[in-house]
Amino acid sequence: MSVTGSDLLGILAVGIVSVTALIAMLAGVFLKNSARLVMWLGLAGMAGAFAAAWGTYPSAGTAFGGMILAGGYASFFGMLILCAGILTFLLASDYLRKEGVEYPEFYVMVLFAVSGMMLMSAAADLIIVFLGLEIMSVSLYVLAGFMRRREKSIEASLKYFLLGAFATGFLLYGIALIYGTMGTTDLAGIALRFASAPPPSLFWVGAGLLLGGFAFKVGAVPFHMWVPDVYEGSPTPVSGIMSTGGKAAAFAAFLLVFVKSLGGGGAKVQTLLAIFAALSMVTGAVIAIAQKNLKRMLAYSSIAHAGYMLTGLAAANQLGESGVLYYLVAYTFMNIGTFGVISLIEQAEEKRLEFSDYAGLGLRQPFLGIVMSIFLFSLAGIPPLAGFFGKYYVFAAAVDAHMTWLAIVGVLASVVSVYYYLRVVVFMYFHEGPEGAEVISVPLLGSVALLLSAAGVVGIGVFPSSILSLTGWFF
Amino acid sequence: MERILFFVLAAVALVSGVLLVTRRNPVLSVIYLVVNFFALAGLYLLLSAQFIAAIQIIVYAGAIMVLFLFVIMLLNLGDEEKLAEHVNARRIAGVALAVALGVEIVAVFLVKAGSGLAVKSPAAAAIGTAEGVGRALFTRFLLPFEVTSLLLLAAIVGAILLAKKKMD
Repeated sequence: MSVTGSDLLGILAVGIVSVTALIAMLAGVFLKNSARLVMWLGLAGMAGAFAAAWGTYPSAGTAFGGMILAGGYASFFGMLILCAGILTFLLASDYLRKEGVEYPEFYVMVLFAVSGMMLMSAAADLIIVFLGLEIMSVSLYVLAGFMRRREKSIEASLKYFLLGAFATGFLLYGIALIYGTMGTTDLAGIALRFASAPPPSLFWVGAGLLLGGFAFKVGAVPFHMWVPDVYEGSPTPVSGIMSTGGKAAAFAAFLLVFVKSLGGGGAKVQTLLAIFAALSMVTGAVIAIAQKNLKRMLAYSSIAHAGYMLTGLAAANQLGESGVLYYLVAYTFMNIGTFGVISLIEQAEEKRLEFSDYAGLGLRQPFLGIVMSIFLFSLAGIPPLAGFFGKYYVFAAAVDAHMTWLAIVGVLASVVSVYYYLRVVVFMYFHEGPEGAEVISVPLLGSVALLLSAAGVVGIGVFPSSILSLTGWFF
Repeated sequence: MERILFFVLAAVALVSGVLLVTRRNPVLSVIYLVVNFFALAGLYLLLSAQFIAAIQIIVYAGAIMVLFLFVIMLLNLGDEEKLAEHVNARRIAGVALAVALGVEIVAVFLVKAGSGLAVKSPAAAAIGTAEGVGRALFTRFLLPFEVTSLLLLAAIVGAILLAKKKMD
């Protein structure tokens, strides 16, 4: 096989990100004090990759002999992950300076993570799923421990690494068994065999292990133990991209394997996914109530959101699939936004991360108060913001798939979740701040990122069809 | 003959695997790991995967083991008390679940092994050679091969980043 122009065009977006990462790495080595330069370089690279993904979107197909998806689905997830990467860059530069760790390597690792996520979400072969996942995970292990003087950061890195390596082992063993029983790692080939004859039971052992690996990466119960400690200990912008880009990539591969290739996997897999979804929604929502630390609260809330998205997967119908994609876009904007506000308010040495630190903030700092309220209302699922429609689609899909009980559990969990999201708003607007509380100066890049996220949350909430028309023909 | 060899090698691999995790002395564990690796290499040979067998010995039994021994030396784990396990409810539950999963998988293998596992195909001998592996890597698996370099690079940069004494 020789590499053709259309092959290269197919991986253009992820190629641009990887090459940018290499250039950024070399710039970081050879130039002194190059953190800012590397950041702008990375932003330019990701903007270029975004344009490439947008340009190749209409020409859906595969490249490299059916190894990787090009255009369409891959472009959609590419653009979503690049959005997460760009917002993370904008928020990170001031955060890193505040914490005294502004080194170019941070941006290089984020670029590596982004290219891994893009590969994973474009996989047409289980090998690419695995490689993309590993590139993403290795970069995130390092980013979690980027603040090497902070004990919690090191703890987050180590916990994520040990548990993540274990989950990767599960995933790889699952892939091996699937290869052993189906004779191929090609997703299209697996789909053909799966449709033509019932697979042997060893295949199901493999599929189960694969399911466990994916559930770990999206942070769903019962594979969620790592989420709170890792999100709390990681640098705040890293928690942001971990919970959005990482989750989007894992769900993208999850959909490719279990929905596109195995057609939902049959009633048993759907029931299993529904149980995971229900457990995640309830566990996340209930434990989040008791949290005092905002990052930890968001970690439990992200477990609950993984549950909402799994609801769409469990339904395994067209509405559920586009619902999950819509949900991922909405979640990316609102969660990066929330972590962004937290990263601006946070002070060195992990100060100002508790609910009580937000007392009176809304009146003292109108801009931060308003964008934070938008993000939190959206996370709680209040119309007309994006979070509402995301939940609406996945719950409607569950009802369509005769899983009404799951939709009821979901609605109850979101009612509970309103309490802890709005509690922040109550603190911001209805509690007196301390006398002479310091007014935080909001940096320019950070406010651009917050404005973009807020515009995204409101925009796709008011015009949900803008996303649905992009994703409608994928399944 | 092949069958006898298989069972001998499998037995060696299993026994050394169990001994590896039950030894108190880390150096002994490492030695059992080497034995395990050699047995695995033998199993690969039986599957006509000569290239993988050679790589298994060169990379795992060679390079990785040296790394292990160095780490053990540098950590100076002479004090065995540090490695002593404490039994508690959580650990017992974990072991029970792991055993349950293992039993399930073994049961599936025993009950359904015939229906799922493909018999060794005659083409296997051609695929297992260095030539066959190389051909596959540079044709059908070209993209994964190139992407692996990205993974290794990210891992190297990350490792240096975490281990470096002073950032500047």
